[in-house]
Amino acid sequence: MKQHDIQLDKDGKLRHFLTIEGLKKQMLLDILDTAGNFSSVGARQIKKVPLLRGKTIANLFFEASTRTRTTFELAAKRLSADVLNININTSATSKGESLLDMLRNLEAMQVDMFVVRHNSSGAAHFIAQHVAPHISVINAGDGSHAHPTQAMLDMFTIRRYKPDFSKLTVAIVGDIMHSRVARSQIHALNTLGVPEIRVIGPQTIIPKEAAHLGVHVYHDMQQGLQNVDVVIMLRLQRERMEGALLPSEHEYFHMFGLTEEKLKLAKADAIVMHPGPINRGVEIESSVADGPQSVILEQVTHGISIRMAVMSMALGRSSLTDGGQN
Amino acid sequence: MRIKISNGFVIDPANNIEAKHDIYIAEGRIAAIGIEPEGFSSDKNKLKTIDASGCHVIPGIVDLRARLREPGLGNKGTIASETRAAAASGITTLCIPPDTTPVIDTTSVIELIHQRASEAGYAKIVTLAALTAELKGEQLSEMALLKKYGNCVGVSNALSPIKNNLVMRRAMEYAASCGLTIFLHAEDQGLAGNGCAHEGAISMRLGLPGIPETAETNAISRDLLLIEQTGVRAHFCHLSSARAVQMIARAQYDGLPVTADVTAHHLHLTEMDIGFFDSNCHVRPPLRTQRDREALIAALATGNINAICSDHEPHDADAKLAPFGETEPGISALETLLPLALRLSEELSLSDVIDRITSQPAKILGIDAGTLSAGEKADICIYNPQTNWILKTEDMLSAGHNSKFSGWEFKGKVTHTLLNGKIVYTNQSH
Repeated sequence: MKQHDIQLDKDGKLRHFLTIEGLKKQMLLDILDTAGNFSSVGARQIKKVPLLRGKTIANLFFEASTRTRTTFELAAKRLSADVLNININTSATSKGESLLDMLRNLEAMQVDMFVVRHNSSGAAHFIAQHVAPHISVINAGDGSHAHPTQAMLDMFTIRRYKPDFSKLTVAIVGDIMHSRVARSQIHALNTLGVPEIRVIGPQTIIPKEAAHLGVHVYHDMQQGLQNVDVVIMLRLQRERMEGALLPSEHEYFHMFGLTEEKLKLAKADAIVMHPGPINRGVEIESSVADGPQSVILEQVTHGISIRMAVMSMALGRSSLTDGGQN
Repeated sequence: MRIKISNGFVIDPANNIEAKHDIYIAEGRIAAIGIEPEGFSSDKNKLKTIDASGCHVIPGIVDLRARLREPGLGNKGTIASETRAAAASGITTLCIPPDTTPVIDTTSVIELIHQRASEAGYAKIVTLAALTAELKGEQLSEMALLKKYGNCVGVSNALSPIKNNLVMRRAMEYAASCGLTIFLHAEDQGLAGNGCAHEGAISMRLGLPGIPETAETNAISRDLLLIEQTGVRAHFCHLSSARAVQMIARAQYDGLPVTADVTAHHLHLTEMDIGFFDSNCHVRPPLRTQRDREALIAALATGNINAICSDHEPHDADAKLAPFGETEPGISALETLLPLALRLSEELSLSDVIDRITSQPAKILGIDAGTLSAGEKADICIYNPQTNWILKTEDMLSAGHNSKFSGWEFKGKVTHTLLNGKIVYTNQSH
């Protein structure tokens, strides 16, 4: 009945990485620490460690992605794994049957790990429930549900600047309703002990139920940004205008776009984050995105370390001293 | 062949019977209860006795709504497979909605269904005819002819609510003048959108598109106003929210000719049961909150909700093997209808529980069934209330094994089912 245990093996170690929800604080700290160990690898002349030599990792992307797929690929290669990139046009697959068939085929090729992105919430859980017992599944984003590696790289970035999570006020601005990034960030921030998490946006994209996630809801950006330590801007999807959720990009920028002016309401040393890709002039002003408080590009760099950490932990080979030298 | 059911505890809510009686059956009908008719056991060779000691004897269960998948979806079930599962579950009459393929909008489809049912011989089937041609919500079906020659017991647009208010009004007026009850699935399609779970804490947590309560209540509100205007007799299918219950109760209080049912699974499951994307909890309307579940049970006790049905929707395994939102909604529910109803004994008297699955649904359908009155067709269910058993999906007789209740422990198991005085199911190992 305890289906959330699916992420952990019988010894409580990470087996799949599907959602932050249900993972203990110590597990999240272990991921951050392991990523910290890996962050030096990218600075070396030879950017490789042989931890996953002989392992095969398949990137299954049912939805377009540049940044996430690339960083997963780089992370796998830096761990010396063999990488298969499979981009699947969802319109060509007819629902679950072919999805399972595809998994069976890849299993037959002795793949050790699936990195999955899919446009349906729950897809990663579904795949994890149906793979052979030796295979690990990493969720690279499922529908509006979860994007746990993105959330962890954001936590990694925050910790670099604000080491004590228990003293922070964090604001997330934008489409919480449809954002897997926001859901995972909120779980991570809560688990790591952040006392105040705010979400900011109109009610169409932050419905009343959002409070159940453990956040304070603000419909007024001026109020929501007061004295925050971290501002996380979410990408605004164009299709939100069509569903009568928002009137226009113009109005959205006016009300909820992050400008230098509005950023002044936050603490003077507040950092600005964005999971990318950025819509300049829609949710964020260029001068802020490129400004001194922005850590947006650093997030991308940290994405590689975090993904190396999660992949190596799930395959049980995360210690650099474990065989890093052979 | 004559049958005597001896020593059973008879529960027949329609006749206020709740006592130990013998039942005498001859020529397919109930000859008498309690007192043996003269000469009944004169020919011992033609008399069979069923010993029902320790068992409850109730009218054969009438299931207000079950999809048997035939015609059209033979990979999910057939009339033979599903009526056999029904017989093993004490169900003797099944009402099937018109969304078969082809749609029940011609008498030939009804004829086919009845022919298959009588070939199988496990249960009786009554049909709801389509309210509009091909369920498109545009043109009225030939409902007078479907009633006259197809004996349909009502009309319905199944799970395709009629958007156009004028068409809805006309359909109600026409059904009223045909004396047909209209069966309504209350759902505002705009508000429901592409939702697949109750809009609330769980859908928010899982990032699943939600179906708000207002998708149900907004549709009920429109339908009630049109029912009042047209005077049609209406039945609301599978209520799911506390607010909907309130609206129906108010309409009944105001004297509108309105009845309602609830599915057994909405009485036992909530949105919480979805857990991490359990596709067996993908049902339509969605499972809602604990508060809604409690209101549904309370309304069943007061009688504002008149009946419990299975809303049986058997699926092939593939239909549920996908990410939650991409799976097909529905539960294979015939085999859990009685056991789940019996679990309500804390909230309802046993007699009321039996009433809600026998005489009430029969009344809604306007058919002679659901009672053990002398002279009625001998459709009877006998179950042992002391038998404990655990549902294993691999043991299910329905072609669909999509049940959320796998692993649940139940008390009470059917030992015999009689249809027109013939034993169509027996399992005396219990």
